[in-house]
Amino acid sequence: MEKYVIEQGVVAPLDRANVDTDQIIPKQFLKSIKRTGFGPNLFDEWRYLDEGEPGQDNSRRPLNQDFVLNDARYQGANILLTRRNFGCGSSREHAPWALEDYGFRTIIAPSFADIFFNNCFKNGMLPIVLDEAVIDELFRDVKSVEGYQLTIDLAKQLVIRPNGETVSFEVDEFRKHCLLNGLDDIGLTLQHADDIRGYEAKRSSQEPWVFDAH
Amino acid sequence: MAGKTLYDKLWDSHLVKQREDGSALIYIDRQIIHEVTSPQAFEGLRIAGRQPWRTNANVATIDHNVPTTPFKSAADIEDATSRIQVQTLQDNTREFGITEFGIGDARQGIVHVMAPEQGAVVPGMTVVCGDSHTSTNGALACLAHGIGTSEVEHVLATQCLVAKKMKNMLVHVEGELGAGVTAKDVVLHIIGVIGTAGGTGYAMEFGGSAIRSLSMEGRMTVCNMSIEAGARAGMVAADEKTIEYVKGRPFAPKGDDWEKAAAYWKTLTSDADAVFDQVVEISAAEIQPQVSWGTSPEMVVAIDATLPDPDAETDPVRKSGMQRAYEYMALKPGMKVSDIHVDRVFIGSCTNSRIEDLRAAADVAKGKKKADSVKQVLVVPGSGLVKLQAEKEGLDKIFIEAGFEWREPGCSMCLAMNPDKLQAGEHCASTSNRNFEGRQGNGGRTHLVSPAMAAAAAVAGHFVDVRTWQA
Repeated sequence: MEKYVIEQGVVAPLDRANVDTDQIIPKQFLKSIKRTGFGPNLFDEWRYLDEGEPGQDNSRRPLNQDFVLNDARYQGANILLTRRNFGCGSSREHAPWALEDYGFRTIIAPSFADIFFNNCFKNGMLPIVLDEAVIDELFRDVKSVEGYQLTIDLAKQLVIRPNGETVSFEVDEFRKHCLLNGLDDIGLTLQHADDIRGYEAKRSSQEPWVFDAH
Repeated sequence: MAGKTLYDKLWDSHLVKQREDGSALIYIDRQIIHEVTSPQAFEGLRIAGRQPWRTNANVATIDHNVPTTPFKSAADIEDATSRIQVQTLQDNTREFGITEFGIGDARQGIVHVMAPEQGAVVPGMTVVCGDSHTSTNGALACLAHGIGTSEVEHVLATQCLVAKKMKNMLVHVEGELGAGVTAKDVVLHIIGVIGTAGGTGYAMEFGGSAIRSLSMEGRMTVCNMSIEAGARAGMVAADEKTIEYVKGRPFAPKGDDWEKAAAYWKTLTSDADAVFDQVVEISAAEIQPQVSWGTSPEMVVAIDATLPDPDAETDPVRKSGMQRAYEYMALKPGMKVSDIHVDRVFIGSCTNSRIEDLRAAADVAKGKKKADSVKQVLVVPGSGLVKLQAEKEGLDKIFIEAGFEWREPGCSMCLAMNPDKLQAGEHCASTSNRNFEGRQGNGGRTHLVSPAMAAAAAVAGHFVDVRTWQA
């Protein structure tokens, strides 16, 4: 997994609450058996005027010019600013895969749905929770200043504004450690293989039926 | 010291290791696998040269992609990408020695219908699946929740999850439910009260006399939609009904183990002095049949209500969400719910496709016909075994005589990954769980209701109050 240390870039404002994973990546694209290639279909129903299908040449599809990602000033954005309860709905990891494949490694919102939040970290992405009042300010800044950029310093847990002002954010210690070092969860867990075996031995004497073959 | 909640007990009994940074390793007893969220996980195992930690902890079936018209093999699935996923699951489960209920097996069905039906989920377990409606299984006093594909791989490889303990919430529904008010109405009402993020960060236990009075199927319907209230895990304490439900199922403990298990399961309740971080009190008598009107499950009203006015909403973010929903749904504030006409009806999904749901729909449809204005009524049983049981009871004939279509098991029009879809602009009375934009088909407009309300809308052509309606 690629390390996440300091990220800087253009911010795209998606001014909607309760953006669900069906919107982030519609179901027809879930039929892929790969982890990559979802970026062109990120927010497909909002981004294009026609109905998206897997395997299309997306460069030839009619764009919805009113959608924020189609606005010239937000091209190349790698930080997504959005509203509360982002990523609600299904557990599909295709949602963070699509965001990451498009180029977003950082998502800033007042709150996230639990499963989506968790899935982000598994893919080297950082979801940042900030106060609603700060989010309102950022929306104002992004909309009024063309090319507005933010810097995220994960080690210091700071969002740094262009004028040097900083806003601090919380992040779980373990997740921070994994992101900063680009660590694979499975490898880390397998370091506890003896603990897992010990647990199984104890538990299978108490609830043997859980371990029955079927 | 205060007593423990059911969630506390389940957490404690599965804790493998508490790490200093606050994260923990939690042991997973059962993983349910389907074709959409597993291919990349198996691929990850292969790339790393890993084997499943405990093969028999896993059980797989196909549901999201399968057609609901009869088919004999993967080759019969017309959509090439769906066919590849179904085939890939078969290949992966064979390669790694995992039990799969595949094409043509009566046990095949929606993951969260199949697993309890087989007894693959029993009280006291931790249960995961790459599907957010895994919360359904919490009805059996389990800690059950959805996970992403990276976690599917993690559980396959280590039998554990890296987790952090959630907070405890009790949703206490006290009193008697009115006639015609079902488990679906209970949970839609709860979501209407606490909102779609109300349970975020919590494990949500449903308790109170109204929940106790529900059948196991009804409890599954309630737990199923805890995720629509923001809570990854929903659960109901074990009681005699729970134990009776599990008894004799294929994977359930047998012989001496059965007695031991049943005795242990009786302890799977929240202690009387347990402390919850939040308690929500709901009066059962106030719950009426519900209909969702918007594009989020919290946008729900009682059947005899009028649609809410966004101008009365003081929160600007909520207000703009409501305005957007009205535009998408082509409805107007102040409209009567009974004036909403439906184009299609879907009875099925992991929320409402169990035998009890089909009986409730058949009760309403018996001796009636679908309205001419309704283009299609799909009835999709949750598993092959539900289908067989329904046919034994003659429910299929009731549906067919009413002009409904009787289909093969699967997720179907709940998420439209197979050919069952809404056309743009169509309104659908649906017993599923999500009314998001485009969920049931690009441009489709979903109204979430109970099976009885869906069947009644199919006959009337618009929403009606099942409590007073006479066709």
